[in-house]
Amino acid sequence: MRRALDVAFQAVAMVVLCVALASLAALIWDVWRDGAGRLTWDFLTGFPSRRADQAGIWHALTGSIFVILVTIALAVPVGVAAAIYLEEYGSRSAVERLIEINITNLAAVPSIIYGLLGLGLFVRALGLGRSVLAGGATLALLVLPVVILSTREALRAVSKSLREGSYALGATKWQTIWYQVLPVAMPGILTGLILALSRAIGETAPLITIGAVTFVTFAPDSVWSPFTVLPIQVFNWVSRPQVEFQANAAAGIIVLLALLMTMNAVAIVVRDRYQKKVRS
Amino acid sequence: MSTPVRVPSLAGIAARKNPGTPRSDAPAKVEAESLNFYYGDKRALQDISVKIQPNLVTAFIGPSGCGKSTFLRTLNRMNDIIPGARVDGRVLIDGANIYEPRVDVVQLRRRVGMVFQKSNPFPKSIFENVAYGLRINGMAGSRPELAARVEESLKQAALWDEVKDRLHESALAMSGGQQQRLCIARALAVRPDILLMDEPASALDPIATQRIEELVYDLKRAYTIVIVTHNMQQAARVSDYTAFFWLGRLVEYDRTDKIFTNPSEKLTEDYVTGRFG
Repeated sequence: MRRALDVAFQAVAMVVLCVALASLAALIWDVWRDGAGRLTWDFLTGFPSRRADQAGIWHALTGSIFVILVTIALAVPVGVAAAIYLEEYGSRSAVERLIEINITNLAAVPSIIYGLLGLGLFVRALGLGRSVLAGGATLALLVLPVVILSTREALRAVSKSLREGSYALGATKWQTIWYQVLPVAMPGILTGLILALSRAIGETAPLITIGAVTFVTFAPDSVWSPFTVLPIQVFNWVSRPQVEFQANAAAGIIVLLALLMTMNAVAIVVRDRYQKKVRS
Repeated sequence: MSTPVRVPSLAGIAARKNPGTPRSDAPAKVEAESLNFYYGDKRALQDISVKIQPNLVTAFIGPSGCGKSTFLRTLNRMNDIIPGARVDGRVLIDGANIYEPRVDVVQLRRRVGMVFQKSNPFPKSIFENVAYGLRINGMAGSRPELAARVEESLKQAALWDEVKDRLHESALAMSGGQQQRLCIARALAVRPDILLMDEPASALDPIATQRIEELVYDLKRAYTIVIVTHNMQQAARVSDYTAFFWLGRLVEYDRTDKIFTNPSEKLTEDYVTGRFG
Protein backbone atom coordinates (compact mmCIF):
# COMPACT_ATOMS: atom_id res chain seq x y z
CA MET A 1 0.00 0.00 0.00
CA ARG A 2 2.76 2.47 0.96
CA ARG A 3 4.66 1.49 -2.13
CA ALA A 4 1.59 2.04 -4.33
CA LEU A 5 1.13 5.51 -2.86
CA ASP A 6 4.76 6.28 -3.54
CA VAL A 7 4.41 5.31 -7.18
CA ALA A 8 1.12 7.18 -7.48
CA PHE A 9 2.64 10.35 -6.08
CA GLN A 10 5.53 10.15 -8.49
CA ALA A 11 3.10 9.71 -11.39
CA VAL A 12 0.98 12.70 -10.33
CA ALA A 13 4.06 14.89 -10.00
CA MET A 14 5.20 13.79 -13.45
CA VAL A 15 1.83 14.61 -15.02
CA VAL A 16 1.75 18.05 -13.41
CA LEU A 17 5.23 18.77 -14.71
CA CYS A 18 4.22 17.67 -18.21
CA VAL A 19 1.15 19.92 -18.16
CA ALA A 20 3.29 22.90 -17.18
CA LEU A 21 5.92 22.20 -19.82
CA ALA A 22 3.33 21.43 -22.51
CA SER A 23 1.46 24.70 -22.01
CA LEU A 24 4.75 26.61 -22.14
CA ALA A 25 5.75 24.77 -25.31
CA ALA A 26 2.33 25.40 -26.88
CA LEU A 27 2.65 29.10 -26.11
CA ILE A 28 6.10 29.36 -27.63
CA TRP A 29 5.03 27.30 -30.63
CA ASP A 30 2.00 29.52 -31.18
CA VAL A 31 4.06 32.70 -30.98
CA TRP A 32 6.73 31.22 -33.23
CA ARG A 33 4.20 30.18 -35.86
CA ASP A 34 2.67 33.67 -35.92
CA GLY A 35 5.85 35.66 -35.74
CA ALA A 36 8.74 33.72 -37.26
CA GLY A 37 7.84 34.89 -40.74
CA ARG A 38 8.31 38.52 -39.74
CA LEU A 39 11.74 37.99 -38.19
CA THR A 40 13.86 39.65 -40.87
CA TRP A 41 16.83 41.91 -40.63
CA ASP A 42 14.64 44.76 -41.75
CA PHE A 43 12.23 44.07 -38.92
CA LEU A 44 15.02 44.10 -36.34
CA THR A 45 16.56 47.31 -37.62
CA GLY A 46 13.35 49.08 -38.67
CA PHE A 47 11.27 51.76 -37.02
CA PRO A 48 7.53 51.93 -36.38
CA SER A 49 5.28 52.49 -39.30
CA ARG A 50 1.57 52.71 -39.98
CA ARG A 51 2.07 49.88 -42.45
CA ALA A 52 2.59 46.58 -40.72
CA ASP A 53 4.97 45.09 -43.26
CA GLN A 54 7.35 48.07 -42.96
CA ALA A 55 7.25 48.38 -39.16
CA GLY A 56 10.37 47.40 -37.23
CA ILE A 57 11.49 47.04 -33.68
CA TRP A 58 14.95 48.61 -33.44
CA HIS A 59 13.76 51.54 -31.31
CA ALA A 60 12.08 49.26 -28.77
CA LEU A 61 14.92 46.78 -28.65
CA THR A 62 17.51 49.48 -27.99
CA GLY A 63 15.07 51.13 -25.58
CA SER A 64 14.78 47.91 -23.58
CA ILE A 65 18.55 47.43 -23.55
CA PHE A 66 19.17 51.02 -22.43
CA VAL A 67 16.55 50.83 -19.70
CA ILE A 68 17.76 47.47 -18.39
CA LEU A 69 21.36 48.72 -18.30
CA VAL A 70 20.30 51.71 -16.22
CA THR A 71 18.30 49.36 -13.98
CA ILE A 72 21.35 47.12 -13.48
CA ALA A 73 23.62 50.09 -12.83
CA LEU A 74 21.30 51.41 -10.12
CA ALA A 75 19.72 48.30 -8.58
CA VAL A 76 22.82 46.11 -8.26
CA PRO A 77 25.13 48.39 -6.26
CA VAL A 78 22.34 49.82 -4.12
CA GLY A 79 20.64 46.47 -3.56
CA VAL A 80 23.83 44.56 -2.74
CA ALA A 81 25.08 47.33 -0.47
CA ALA A 82 21.75 47.49 1.37
CA ALA A 83 21.78 43.72 1.81
CA ILE A 84 25.35 43.79 3.12
CA TYR A 85 24.40 46.43 5.63
CA LEU A 86 21.29 44.62 6.82
CA GLU A 87 22.92 41.20 6.97
CA GLU A 88 26.44 41.96 8.17
CA TYR A 89 26.36 45.26 10.02
CA GLY A 90 22.77 45.75 11.15
CA SER A 91 21.75 44.93 14.68
CA ARG A 92 18.53 43.14 15.38
CA SER A 93 16.81 46.25 16.69
CA ALA A 94 13.08 46.93 16.40
CA VAL A 95 13.68 49.55 13.69
CA GLU A 96 15.63 47.12 11.57
CA ARG A 97 13.06 44.39 11.96
CA LEU A 98 10.50 46.91 10.74
CA ILE A 99 12.70 47.69 7.73
CA GLU A 100 13.05 43.98 7.00
CA ILE A 101 9.30 43.38 7.07
CA ASN A 102 8.74 46.35 4.81
CA ILE A 103 11.28 45.20 2.25
CA THR A 104 9.55 41.83 2.11
CA ASN A 105 6.22 43.60 1.63
CA LEU A 106 7.63 45.90 -1.05
CA ALA A 107 8.56 42.88 -3.14
CA ALA A 108 4.83 42.13 -3.42
CA VAL A 109 3.60 45.66 -4.21
CA PRO A 110 1.91 45.90 -7.67
CA SER A 111 4.25 47.38 -10.23
CA ILE A 112 1.87 50.18 -11.22
CA ILE A 113 2.44 51.69 -7.76
CA TYR A 114 6.13 51.93 -8.58
CA GLY A 115 5.11 53.63 -11.82
CA LEU A 116 3.24 56.30 -9.88
CA LEU A 117 6.20 56.71 -7.55
CA GLY A 118 8.56 57.01 -10.53
CA LEU A 119 6.29 59.58 -12.15
CA GLY A 120 6.14 61.70 -9.02
CA LEU A 121 9.76 61.28 -7.97
CA PHE A 122 11.94 60.87 -11.05
CA VAL A 123 9.90 62.46 -13.84
CA ARG A 124 8.52 65.45 -11.91
CA ALA A 125 10.36 66.11 -8.63
CA LEU A 126 13.85 65.31 -9.89
CA GLY A 127 13.05 66.66 -13.32
CA LEU A 128 14.46 63.71 -15.25
CA GLY A 129 11.56 63.90 -17.69
CA ARG A 130 10.20 60.90 -19.57
CA SER A 131 13.70 59.62 -20.18
CA VAL A 132 15.53 56.29 -20.21
CA LEU A 133 17.04 57.38 -16.90
CA ALA A 134 13.62 57.85 -15.26
CA GLY A 135 12.45 54.50 -16.68
CA GLY A 136 15.53 52.62 -15.53
CA ALA A 137 15.37 54.22 -12.09
CA THR A 138 11.70 53.24 -11.72
CA LEU A 139 12.43 49.64 -12.64
CA ALA A 140 15.43 49.69 -10.28
CA LEU A 141 13.08 50.63 -7.43
CA LEU A 142 10.76 47.86 -8.52
CA VAL A 143 13.39 45.11 -8.40
CA LEU A 144 15.37 46.45 -5.44
CA PRO A 145 13.43 44.43 -2.83
CA VAL A 146 14.05 41.21 -4.75
CA VAL A 147 17.76 42.01 -5.13
CA ILE A 148 18.06 42.82 -1.42
CA LEU A 149 16.21 39.71 -0.27
CA SER A 150 18.09 37.30 -2.51
CA THR A 151 21.46 38.88 -1.69
CA ARG A 152 20.77 38.59 2.02
CA GLU A 153 19.85 34.97 1.54
CA ALA A 154 23.12 34.35 -0.30
CA LEU A 155 25.18 36.15 2.35
CA ARG A 156 23.50 34.23 5.14
CA ALA A 157 24.44 30.95 3.47
CA VAL A 158 28.18 31.72 3.72
CA SER A 159 29.57 29.62 6.56
CA LYS A 160 30.60 31.15 9.85
CA SER A 161 33.85 29.21 9.78
CA LEU A 162 34.96 31.00 6.61
CA ARG A 163 34.36 34.38 8.25
CA GLU A 164 36.13 33.29 11.42
CA GLY A 165 39.11 32.07 9.40
CA SER A 166 39.42 35.52 7.90
CA TYR A 167 38.96 37.42 11.16
CA ALA A 168 41.52 35.19 12.86
CA LEU A 169 44.17 36.40 10.41
CA GLY A 170 43.59 40.01 11.38
CA ALA A 171 41.17 40.90 8.60
CA THR A 172 38.78 43.74 9.21
CA LYS A 173 35.08 43.20 8.78
CA TRP A 174 35.14 44.95 5.43
CA GLN A 175 38.10 42.87 4.17
CA THR A 176 36.33 39.71 5.27
CA ILE A 177 33.15 40.65 3.42
CA TRP A 178 34.93 41.86 0.28
CA TYR A 179 37.56 39.16 -0.15
CA GLN A 180 35.88 36.10 1.35
CA VAL A 181 32.13 36.43 1.81
CA LEU A 182 31.10 38.18 -1.41
CA PRO A 183 32.94 35.85 -3.83
CA VAL A 184 31.36 32.82 -2.16
CA ALA A 185 27.92 34.47 -2.13
CA MET A 186 28.21 35.65 -5.74
CA PRO A 187 26.47 32.67 -7.41
CA GLY A 188 23.47 33.14 -5.12
CA ILE A 189 23.45 36.90 -5.70
CA LEU A 190 23.52 36.38 -9.46
CA THR A 191 20.64 33.92 -9.32
CA GLY A 192 18.59 36.58 -7.55
CA LEU A 193 19.64 39.13 -10.16
CA ILE A 194 18.48 36.89 -12.99
CA LEU A 195 15.03 36.68 -11.40
CA ALA A 196 14.90 40.40 -10.72
CA LEU A 197 16.02 41.50 -14.17
CA SER A 198 13.73 38.99 -15.90
CA ARG A 199 10.90 40.69 -14.11
CA ALA A 200 12.14 44.18 -14.99
CA ILE A 201 12.56 43.51 -18.68
CA GLY A 202 8.97 42.29 -19.04
CA GLU A 203 7.37 45.22 -17.17
CA THR A 204 4.96 47.46 -19.05
CA ALA A 205 2.65 49.15 -16.56
CA PRO A 206 5.13 51.28 -14.58
CA LEU A 207 6.82 52.49 -17.77
CA ILE A 208 3.56 53.51 -19.35
CA THR A 209 2.70 55.31 -16.13
CA ILE A 210 5.87 57.39 -16.22
CA GLY A 211 5.16 58.15 -19.86
CA ALA A 212 7.26 55.88 -22.03
CA VAL A 213 5.99 56.76 -25.47
CA THR A 214 4.22 54.15 -27.50
CA PHE A 215 5.15 55.59 -30.85
CA VAL A 216 8.73 56.73 -31.25
CA THR A 217 10.52 56.88 -34.53
CA PHE A 218 14.05 56.97 -33.22
CA ALA A 219 16.35 54.85 -31.08
CA PRO A 220 17.53 56.33 -27.77
CA ASP A 221 21.02 57.78 -27.97
CA SER A 222 21.53 58.74 -24.32
CA VAL A 223 19.95 58.19 -20.93
CA TRP A 224 18.07 61.47 -21.45
CA SER A 225 16.22 60.27 -24.56
CA PRO A 226 12.54 59.49 -24.60
CA PHE A 227 12.09 55.78 -25.17
CA THR A 228 9.83 52.84 -25.54
CA VAL A 229 10.49 49.21 -24.63
CA LEU A 230 9.66 45.87 -26.22
CA PRO A 231 6.64 44.94 -24.07
CA ILE A 232 5.05 48.35 -24.74
CA GLN A 233 5.63 48.01 -28.48
CA VAL A 234 4.13 44.52 -28.42
CA PHE A 235 1.15 45.79 -26.47
CA ASN A 236 0.74 48.59 -28.99
CA TRP A 237 0.73 46.18 -31.93
CA VAL A 238 -1.60 43.69 -30.27
CA SER A 239 -4.19 46.43 -29.74
CA ARG A 240 -4.24 47.36 -33.45
CA PRO A 241 -7.29 46.13 -35.36
CA GLN A 242 -5.33 45.12 -38.50
CA VAL A 243 -4.46 41.44 -38.43
CA GLU A 244 -0.99 42.00 -39.97
CA PHE A 245 0.15 43.73 -36.79
CA GLN A 246 -0.56 40.55 -34.81
CA ALA A 247 2.34 38.93 -36.65
CA ASN A 248 4.53 41.89 -35.69
CA ALA A 249 3.48 41.46 -32.05
CA ALA A 250 4.40 37.78 -32.14
CA ALA A 251 7.77 38.59 -33.67
CA GLY A 252 8.29 41.26 -30.99
CA ILE A 253 7.65 38.66 -28.30
CA ILE A 254 10.27 36.39 -29.87
CA VAL A 255 12.78 39.26 -29.83
CA LEU A 256 11.93 39.96 -26.18
CA LEU A 257 12.39 36.28 -25.27
CA ALA A 258 15.72 36.20 -27.10
CA LEU A 259 16.90 39.31 -25.25
CA LEU A 260 15.82 37.80 -21.93
CA MET A 261 17.63 34.56 -22.64
CA THR A 262 20.78 36.33 -23.75
CA MET A 263 20.80 38.35 -20.56
CA ASN A 264 20.24 35.28 -18.39
CA ALA A 265 22.87 33.33 -20.31
CA VAL A 266 25.44 36.02 -19.53
CA ALA A 267 24.49 35.91 -15.85
CA ILE A 268 24.67 32.12 -15.79
CA VAL A 269 28.10 32.06 -17.44
CA VAL A 270 29.38 34.56 -14.87
CA ARG A 271 27.80 32.53 -12.07
CA ASP A 272 29.35 29.27 -13.24
CA ARG A 273 32.70 30.96 -13.39
CA TYR A 274 32.40 31.95 -9.76
CA GLN A 275 31.17 28.52 -8.79
CA LYS A 276 34.10 26.89 -10.49
CA LYS A 277 36.46 29.27 -8.73
CA VAL A 278 34.85 28.47 -5.41
CA ARG A 279 34.67 24.70 -5.81
CA SER A 280 37.33 23.19 -8.01
CA MET B 1 31.91 -4.96 37.53
CA SER B 2 30.80 -1.50 36.60
CA THR B 3 32.18 1.63 38.15
CA PRO B 4 29.41 3.61 39.80
CA VAL B 5 29.06 7.03 38.24
CA ARG B 6 29.57 9.58 40.93
CA VAL B 7 28.35 13.09 40.55
CA PRO B 8 31.42 15.26 40.86
CA SER B 9 31.23 18.22 43.15
CA LEU B 10 32.84 21.61 43.02
CA ALA B 11 32.97 21.83 46.80
CA GLY B 12 36.45 22.68 47.90
CA ILE B 13 37.63 24.06 44.58
CA ALA B 14 36.49 27.57 45.37
CA ALA B 15 38.40 27.20 48.62
CA ARG B 16 41.66 26.57 46.80
CA LYS B 17 43.46 29.81 46.70
CA ASN B 18 44.51 30.07 43.11
CA PRO B 19 44.27 27.07 40.81
CA GLY B 20 45.74 29.10 37.96
CA THR B 21 49.34 29.50 39.04
CA PRO B 22 51.71 26.70 38.26
CA ARG B 23 55.27 27.04 39.53
CA SER B 24 57.35 28.92 37.10
CA ASP B 25 59.64 31.89 37.23
CA ALA B 26 59.21 33.07 33.64
CA PRO B 27 56.89 36.05 33.18
CA ALA B 28 53.55 34.93 31.76
CA LYS B 29 52.89 35.43 28.06
CA VAL B 30 49.15 35.40 28.56
CA GLU B 31 47.46 36.07 31.84
CA ALA B 32 43.73 36.03 32.56
CA GLU B 33 42.54 37.77 35.71
CA SER B 34 39.13 36.93 37.16
CA LEU B 35 37.64 36.54 33.72
CA ASN B 36 33.90 36.06 33.42
CA PHE B 37 32.14 35.45 30.15
CA TYR B 38 28.44 35.68 29.40
CA TYR B 39 26.33 34.52 26.47
CA GLY B 40 23.36 36.79 27.09
CA ASP B 41 22.33 35.98 30.65
CA LYS B 42 24.16 32.69 30.80
CA ARG B 43 27.53 32.79 32.51
CA ALA B 44 29.79 30.50 30.49
CA LEU B 45 33.05 31.22 32.30
CA GLN B 46 33.36 31.93 35.98
CA ASP B 47 36.24 33.77 37.48
CA ILE B 48 39.04 32.28 35.42
CA SER B 49 42.55 33.26 36.42
CA VAL B 50 45.45 31.62 34.68
CA LYS B 51 49.01 32.35 33.60
CA ILE B 52 50.25 30.85 30.35
CA GLN B 53 53.98 30.48 29.86
CA PRO B 54 55.85 31.52 26.71
CA ASN B 55 57.27 28.93 24.30
CA LEU B 56 55.44 26.07 25.86
CA VAL B 57 52.31 24.18 24.93
CA THR B 58 49.36 24.61 27.26
CA ALA B 59 46.43 22.24 26.85
CA PHE B 60 42.85 22.95 27.93
CA ILE B 61 40.90 19.80 28.69
CA GLY B 62 37.43 19.12 30.03
CA PRO B 63 34.08 17.68 28.99
CA SER B 64 31.97 19.24 26.24
CA GLY B 65 30.44 22.55 27.24
CA CYS B 66 32.94 23.16 30.03
CA GLY B 67 34.05 26.49 28.59
CA LYS B 68 37.50 25.52 27.30
CA SER B 69 36.80 26.66 23.74
CA THR B 70 35.03 29.78 24.95
CA PHE B 71 38.02 30.66 27.07
CA LEU B 72 40.39 30.04 24.17
CA ARG B 73 38.36 32.41 22.05
CA THR B 74 38.51 35.16 24.65
CA LEU B 75 42.29 35.22 24.13
CA ASN B 76 42.03 36.71 20.62
CA ARG B 77 38.63 38.31 21.18
CA MET B 78 37.06 35.98 18.65
CA ASN B 79 33.93 36.00 20.81
CA ASP B 80 33.45 39.69 19.97
CA ILE B 81 31.63 38.69 16.80
CA ILE B 82 28.99 36.71 18.70
CA PRO B 83 25.93 38.89 19.35
CA GLY B 84 25.07 39.19 23.02
CA ALA B 85 28.46 37.98 24.27
CA ARG B 86 30.07 39.93 27.10
CA VAL B 87 33.34 39.71 28.98
CA ASP B 88 34.46 41.10 32.29
CA GLY B 89 37.83 40.78 33.88
CA ARG B 90 41.18 41.18 32.17
CA VAL B 91 43.34 39.26 29.73
CA LEU B 92 46.92 40.45 29.67
CA ILE B 93 49.18 39.61 26.77
CA ASP B 94 52.76 40.67 27.46
CA GLY B 95 51.32 42.63 30.37
CA ALA B 96 48.80 44.68 28.35
CA ASN B 97 45.07 44.18 28.76
CA ILE B 98 43.54 43.20 25.41
CA TYR B 99 40.08 44.28 26.55
CA GLU B 100 41.10 47.93 26.90
CA PRO B 101 38.85 50.06 24.70
CA ARG B 102 41.74 51.43 22.67
CA VAL B 103 43.06 48.01 21.67
CA ASP B 104 42.92 47.37 17.92
CA VAL B 105 41.22 43.96 17.66
CA VAL B 106 42.47 43.47 14.13
CA GLN B 107 46.06 43.99 15.27
CA LEU B 108 45.48 41.68 18.24
CA ARG B 109 44.24 38.84 16.04
CA ARG B 110 47.28 39.16 13.85
CA ARG B 111 49.48 38.62 16.93
CA VAL B 112 47.31 35.83 18.31
CA GLY B 113 46.71 33.36 15.50
CA MET B 114 44.02 30.74 15.58
CA VAL B 115 43.38 27.32 14.06
CA PHE B 116 39.86 25.95 14.21
CA GLN B 117 38.33 22.56 14.92
CA LYS B 118 36.96 22.20 11.41
CA SER B 119 39.63 23.08 8.89
CA ASN B 120 38.38 26.13 7.03
CA PRO B 121 40.61 26.86 4.05
CA PHE B 122 39.35 29.68 1.87
CA PRO B 123 37.88 28.49 -1.45
CA LYS B 124 40.96 29.74 -3.28
CA SER B 125 44.30 28.31 -4.31
CA ILE B 126 46.80 26.97 -1.79
CA PHE B 127 49.04 29.95 -2.48
CA GLU B 128 46.24 32.48 -2.05
CA ASN B 129 45.20 30.91 1.25
CA VAL B 130 48.58 31.65 2.76
CA ALA B 131 49.04 34.97 0.95
CA TYR B 132 45.68 36.35 2.11
CA GLY B 133 46.81 37.27 5.63
CA LEU B 134 49.99 38.86 4.26
CA ARG B 135 48.04 40.90 1.74
CA ILE B 136 45.35 42.22 4.05
CA ASN B 137 47.92 43.15 6.66
CA GLY B 138 50.14 44.82 4.06
CA MET B 139 53.02 42.53 5.05
CA ALA B 140 54.45 41.70 1.67
CA GLY B 141 55.66 44.49 -0.55
CA SER B 142 56.70 42.70 -3.72
CA ARG B 143 55.65 39.51 -5.42
CA PRO B 144 58.93 37.66 -4.77
CA GLU B 145 58.73 38.68 -1.13
CA LEU B 146 55.17 37.38 -0.95
CA ALA B 147 56.16 34.10 -2.58
CA ALA B 148 59.07 33.73 -0.16
CA ARG B 149 56.84 34.27 2.85
CA VAL B 150 54.29 31.79 1.54
CA GLU B 151 57.02 29.19 1.02
CA GLU B 152 58.46 29.79 4.46
CA SER B 153 55.06 29.41 6.11
CA LEU B 154 54.25 26.22 4.22
CA LYS B 155 57.64 24.80 5.26
CA GLN B 156 56.99 25.71 8.90
CA ALA B 157 53.71 23.82 8.69
CA ALA B 158 55.49 20.80 7.15
CA LEU B 159 53.38 21.08 4.03
CA TRP B 160 55.77 22.51 1.44
CA ASP B 161 57.05 19.25 -0.01
CA GLU B 162 53.53 17.97 -0.54
CA VAL B 163 52.16 21.06 -2.27
CA LYS B 164 55.09 22.86 -3.89
CA ASP B 165 54.10 21.60 -7.35
CA ARG B 166 50.46 22.53 -7.04
CA LEU B 167 50.43 25.85 -5.24
CA HIS B 168 47.87 27.26 -7.61
CA GLU B 169 45.39 24.44 -7.29
CA SER B 170 42.34 24.77 -5.07
CA ALA B 171 42.92 24.24 -1.38
CA LEU B 172 39.63 22.36 -1.21
CA ALA B 173 41.14 19.51 -3.24
CA MET B 174 43.58 18.66 -0.41
CA SER B 175 43.05 15.95 2.19
CA GLY B 176 41.60 16.86 5.58
CA GLY B 177 44.97 16.69 7.31
CA GLN B 178 46.62 18.80 4.62
CA GLN B 179 43.84 21.35 4.86
CA GLN B 180 44.39 21.66 8.57
CA ARG B 181 48.14 22.10 8.11
CA LEU B 182 47.36 24.72 5.46
CA CYS B 183 45.27 26.55 8.05
CA ILE B 184 48.26 26.40 10.39
CA ALA B 185 50.56 27.71 7.62
CA ARG B 186 48.07 30.48 6.96
CA ALA B 187 48.05 31.45 10.63
CA LEU B 188 51.87 31.36 10.81
CA ALA B 189 52.29 33.53 7.71
CA VAL B 190 51.32 36.71 9.54
CA ARG B 191 53.95 35.94 12.22
CA PRO B 192 51.89 35.71 15.38
CA ASP B 193 53.49 35.29 18.85
CA ILE B 194 50.75 33.05 20.10
CA LEU B 195 48.92 30.25 18.34
CA LEU B 196 45.51 29.15 19.60
CA MET B 197 44.35 25.74 18.43
CA ASP B 198 40.76 24.68 18.98
CA GLU B 199 40.70 20.86 18.76
CA PRO B 200 42.81 21.00 15.61
CA ALA B 201 42.94 17.23 15.11
CA SER B 202 39.49 16.14 16.24
CA ALA B 203 38.28 15.53 12.68
CA LEU B 204 41.45 13.82 11.46
CA ASP B 205 42.59 10.24 11.19
CA PRO B 206 45.37 8.96 13.51
CA ILE B 207 48.19 9.53 11.01
CA ALA B 208 47.12 13.08 10.17
CA THR B 209 46.66 13.67 13.91
CA GLN B 210 50.19 12.51 14.59
CA ARG B 211 51.56 14.94 12.01
CA ILE B 212 49.69 17.82 13.64
CA GLU B 213 51.03 16.80 17.04
CA GLU B 214 54.61 16.66 15.74
CA LEU B 215 54.07 20.05 14.24
CA VAL B 216 52.83 21.47 17.54
CA TYR B 217 55.92 20.06 19.20
CA ASP B 218 58.21 21.75 16.63
CA LEU B 219 56.38 25.04 16.66
CA LYS B 220 56.60 25.66 20.38
CA ARG B 221 60.21 26.73 20.04
CA ALA B 222 59.01 29.84 18.23
CA TYR B 223 55.45 30.26 19.47
CA THR B 224 53.39 30.12 22.59
CA ILE B 225 50.76 27.50 21.90
CA VAL B 226 47.42 26.96 23.57
CA ILE B 227 45.55 23.87 22.43
CA VAL B 228 42.04 22.78 23.31
CA THR B 229 41.54 19.05 23.08
CA HIS B 230 38.98 16.41 23.85
CA ASN B 231 41.60 13.79 23.66
CA MET B 232 43.42 13.32 26.93
CA GLN B 233 46.20 11.23 25.43
CA GLN B 234 46.83 14.09 23.05
CA ALA B 235 47.02 16.58 25.90
CA ALA B 236 49.43 14.29 27.71
CA ARG B 237 51.58 13.86 24.59
CA VAL B 238 51.89 17.43 23.35
CA SER B 239 51.50 19.77 26.28
CA ASP B 240 53.78 21.06 29.02
CA TYR B 241 50.96 22.49 31.12
CA THR B 242 47.36 21.37 31.33
CA ALA B 243 44.31 23.21 32.56
CA PHE B 244 41.21 21.26 33.44
CA PHE B 245 37.89 23.07 33.01
CA TRP B 246 34.56 21.98 34.39
CA LEU B 247 31.22 23.79 34.20
CA GLY B 248 32.82 27.07 33.22
CA ARG B 249 35.42 27.00 35.97
CA LEU B 250 39.10 26.31 35.97
CA VAL B 251 39.42 23.37 38.32
CA GLU B 252 43.12 22.70 38.17
CA TYR B 253 46.10 23.99 36.28
CA ASP B 254 49.52 22.46 36.61
CA ARG B 255 52.36 20.70 34.84
CA THR B 256 50.92 18.12 32.49
CA ASP B 257 52.71 15.19 34.14
CA LYS B 258 51.32 16.23 37.49
CA ILE B 259 47.75 16.62 36.18
CA PHE B 260 47.85 13.16 34.69
CA THR B 261 49.71 11.29 37.41
CA ASN B 262 49.07 13.11 40.64
CA PRO B 263 46.35 15.75 40.39
CA SER B 264 45.50 17.76 43.47
CA GLU B 265 41.76 17.73 42.85
CA LYS B 266 39.59 14.66 43.07
CA LEU B 267 37.53 16.01 40.17
CA THR B 268 40.58 16.20 37.92
CA GLU B 269 41.59 12.70 38.81
CA ASP B 270 38.10 11.41 38.05
CA TYR B 271 38.15 13.12 34.68
CA VAL B 272 41.63 12.11 33.54
CA THR B 273 41.04 8.54 34.58
CA GLY B 274 37.84 8.51 32.55
CA ARG B 275 35.29 8.20 35.34
CA PHE B 276 33.13 10.93 33.86
CA GLY B 277 33.09 13.34 30.95
